[in-house]
Amino acid sequence: MPTDVTPENVEKTIYDGLVELGTERDELSREATLEDLDVDSLDLVELAQIVEDEFGVELKGDDVKDVKTVGEVIDLVVSKSS
Amino acid sequence: MAERPEGCALVTGASRGIGAATALALAADGWPVRVNYRSDEQGAHEVVARIEAAGGSASAVQGDVADGDAVAGLLERGEDGPVLVLVNNAGLRLDGLSPQIEDEQWQRVIDVNLTATFRATRAALPTMMRARFGRVVNVASIVGLRANAGQANYAASKAGVVGFTKTVAAEVARRGVTVNAVAPGFIETKLTEEILGGELEKAIPARRVGTPEEVAACIRFLASEEASYVTGTTLTVDGGLSA
Repeated sequence: MPTDVTPENVEKTIYDGLVELGTERDELSREATLEDLDVDSLDLVELAQIVEDEFGVELKGDDVKDVKTVGEVIDLVVSKSS
Repeated sequence: MAERPEGCALVTGASRGIGAATALALAADGWPVRVNYRSDEQGAHEVVARIEAAGGSASAVQGDVADGDAVAGLLERGEDGPVLVLVNNAGLRLDGLSPQIEDEQWQRVIDVNLTATFRATRAALPTMMRARFGRVVNVASIVGLRANAGQANYAASKAGVVGFTKTVAAEVARRGVTVNAVAPGFIETKLTEEILGGELEKAIPARRVGTPEEVAACIRFLASEEASYVTGTTLTVDGGLSA
């Protein structure tokens, strides 16, 4: 069963996913930019897979190409599910 | 070298020829194998039976790789786990000199040999990346590397597979996923039975055609943990024909 898509659940999954991809947890915030965190396009592909596995929400390449911050990723996942 | 994670191997077009030999070889390496077939159900079940008789695990899975939905279904996680070894082997040829190749002949060959390879690889990679282990082996052809009159569509599809292999390999290499191709020369299979024989063997330095098992042995290596630092390459298996 997919996890409920609440902003809190999505934030936790995204944060855990970014840590798994090598980001330091204390660098994470909604305002942190993906560029500053060294999150590249391949990381985003993997993050999309984590989101799909957890929430059943599919993020396509076009969806994520304009996101700049961690908060925008979280908001995107929440908006895609509604 | 990291321990091999749990998962399975999918070999497309595995009811006979190179695909069948590859399914047997990967099963011998301990992979549960999905033996894909389009129409030769009996052949696929015979391959499964041979694998099981040898102590391995396998299942026959029907699906036309030219159908995008079918490809997605073949890659879904099952009781045998996620697909961590993908061998894109299904292929066909519809030969003719290029001025006479019809649009349908062109498109069908591209769909089966190239587009299906892309779709299956696209579906497999996210899981492989998450697992930090994956092996994609694409069956190209020496006809993708050198000329063979009468096979412009086939050559274009196989050259496409070679280029696709290199680029995808570069994209995912740092996730422990390798993407390679083999380029068989003249091999004794259903695909080549009409064209083998006669003067052909004299043109091959080895003076004989190859066997599906000789190609499968190379695929088996590329799919192994030992080949962890080999990616983006195309290994010719042709008795020296392209040397």
